[in-house]
Amino acid sequence: MTNAILLDDKDNVATCTAAAKAGDMIQVLGGGSVRCVEDIPIWHKVALKDIAKGDKVFKYGEIIGEAAADIAKGAWVSHENIFSVPRDYESEMIK
Amino acid sequence: MNFYGYKRADGRAGIRNHVLILPTCACGSETARIVASQVRGAVNIIFNTGCSDVAANTALSQKVLTGFACNPNVFGVVIIGLGCETVPHDKLRDKIKAMTSKPVVSFGIQEEGGTLKTIAKAVRAARDLSATASLQQKESCDISELLLGIECGGSDATSGIASNPAVGKLSDKLVDLGASTLMSESIEWIGGEHVLAKRAATAELHNQIIQICANYEAHLKAAGQDCRAGQPTPGNKLGGLSTIDEKSLGCIRKGGTRPIVEVLNQAERPTKRGAIVMDTAGYDISSVTSMAAAGCNAIIFTTGRGTPTGNAIVPVLKVTANAQTYSWMEDNIDVDLSGIIDGALTIDGAGDLLLDKVQDVCNGRLTKAEAYGFSDVAVDHVCRFV
Repeated sequence: MTNAILLDDKDNVATCTAAAKAGDMIQVLGGGSVRCVEDIPIWHKVALKDIAKGDKVFKYGEIIGEAAADIAKGAWVSHENIFSVPRDYESEMIK
Repeated sequence: MNFYGYKRADGRAGIRNHVLILPTCACGSETARIVASQVRGAVNIIFNTGCSDVAANTALSQKVLTGFACNPNVFGVVIIGLGCETVPHDKLRDKIKAMTSKPVVSFGIQEEGGTLKTIAKAVRAARDLSATASLQQKESCDISELLLGIECGGSDATSGIASNPAVGKLSDKLVDLGASTLMSESIEWIGGEHVLAKRAATAELHNQIIQICANYEAHLKAAGQDCRAGQPTPGNKLGGLSTIDEKSLGCIRKGGTRPIVEVLNQAERPTKRGAIVMDTAGYDISSVTSMAAAGCNAIIFTTGRGTPTGNAIVPVLKVTANAQTYSWMEDNIDVDLSGIIDGALTIDGAGDLLLDKVQDVCNGRLTKAEAYGFSDVAVDHVCRFV
C-alpha cells in the first residue's frame, strides 16, 4: 500500500495521497520509503532527502521553487518553506 | 467519430441552439435577464462593463460581446442597450452582422422609453427567434467540427497528477481525430512555460509562449503588482500547491502533448485546427469567458477542490480526481476520475472515458452547471486578473 507518489526520478519531494502522522513510514510509489517527521496533510509534499536553505525543490522533474529554510528528510514541504524564483525568460528564447 | 449538432452558415457546428439576450453594458444587463426569463430557449449574460472605460478595456469587451454572438452554439441574438454607453446597441448590432449571417435584433432602453417598453419589444423578438430556432434539426457533424476549451480551477495536487493528464490525453485523442482544443490561463504557464513551449510547432510560436509570460509579469510589475502574490490562491495552497511554478507545471499537462499550432490573443477566434493556446488570466470566469468568445463549443474543466462555474452559451463539463471532493460536491461535478489515484483507471482509460462524456455533451446531454443555468461572465481589463 503506497501513500505518496513520486512523479520524476529527479524529484526531491513526493506528493502524499493520504494524510501522514509524525513517525509514520510513507511508502512512495516509484521511490522507496521515508519516515515522516511531522504531520503532513493529504495532497501535500514530503521531503525525500534533506533540502538545505537555497536548494532547488524538484517536482515533475522541474524546479517548483527554492527552499526558504533547511527542510529535513521526512518534513512537510509547503508554501511556508519554499518560494517561487523569477524566471529568466530571455534565456528560454530560441534565437 | 460524429455528433449531432446545428450546422451554421459559416460552416461551423453548434452543439446548442440558444437565443442569446446580450446586454451592451452593465445598464442593459437586468433588462436582458428579465427578457431571457420570459422566453424558453433564451439565455442571457450579466455584463459588468461596457461603459466609462478606457480604449483597451472597450476593445476587449467588444471582442467578448461579438464573440459570444458569433459562437456556433448561438442561433440568434437580441441586444439590449441603454443609449449612452461606449458602443450603443445599433453599432454593436452592425458589428455582429458584419461577422455572421445569423439573426440579430437590438433595442435601446432610453430610445424605447424605459425598461418595461424595451422588455415588451425584446420578449416578442426573442419569442419569434426561439420559435424559428426550435424548427432547426440537428445533423450529423464530424468530431473535427469541435473546438473544446480546456480549463482548470480550484486546483489541488490531484489536478496536476491525475485530472489534468487525463484531459491532456483527451486533447491528444481529439486532435488525432481532427478536432481542435484550446488551452488558456497563460499566467498558469509561468514556471512551466519552457516545458509548454517545447510543444510549439515552430520557433516563432515557441517564443510567443515565452513572451506572453514575460509580458504578463512585466505588465503587472508596471502597475506595482506581483503575479506571485495572487498565485497560487489560498485554496491551491491548502490543496498542496506551494508556488506558481508547481501549479503551472500541473496546469499545462491538461493541454496534452500534440504540437501547438497557434497562439491566440484573449477572446480571439482560431484560424487553425489542432492544439491551440490562448493568453488569458488564470481567473476561471474570465478565462472561460474568453474561450466562449473564441468560439468553443464545449469546455472541459478540471478541479481539485470543486467549483460550480458555468457559462450561458457553452456547456462546462467538470471533472475531478479528488475522491473526497467528488463525493462532497457531486452536485457540481460531472465526472469522477479518482480511479487514477487509486490505480483503478489508467490515464489512457480516463482519456477514453472523457471522450465519451464530451461526445454525450455534444449530442445534447446537459452538464450540471448547464442544468442549473449558471452563466458566469468576467471580462479581463488593462490591469489584468491573475
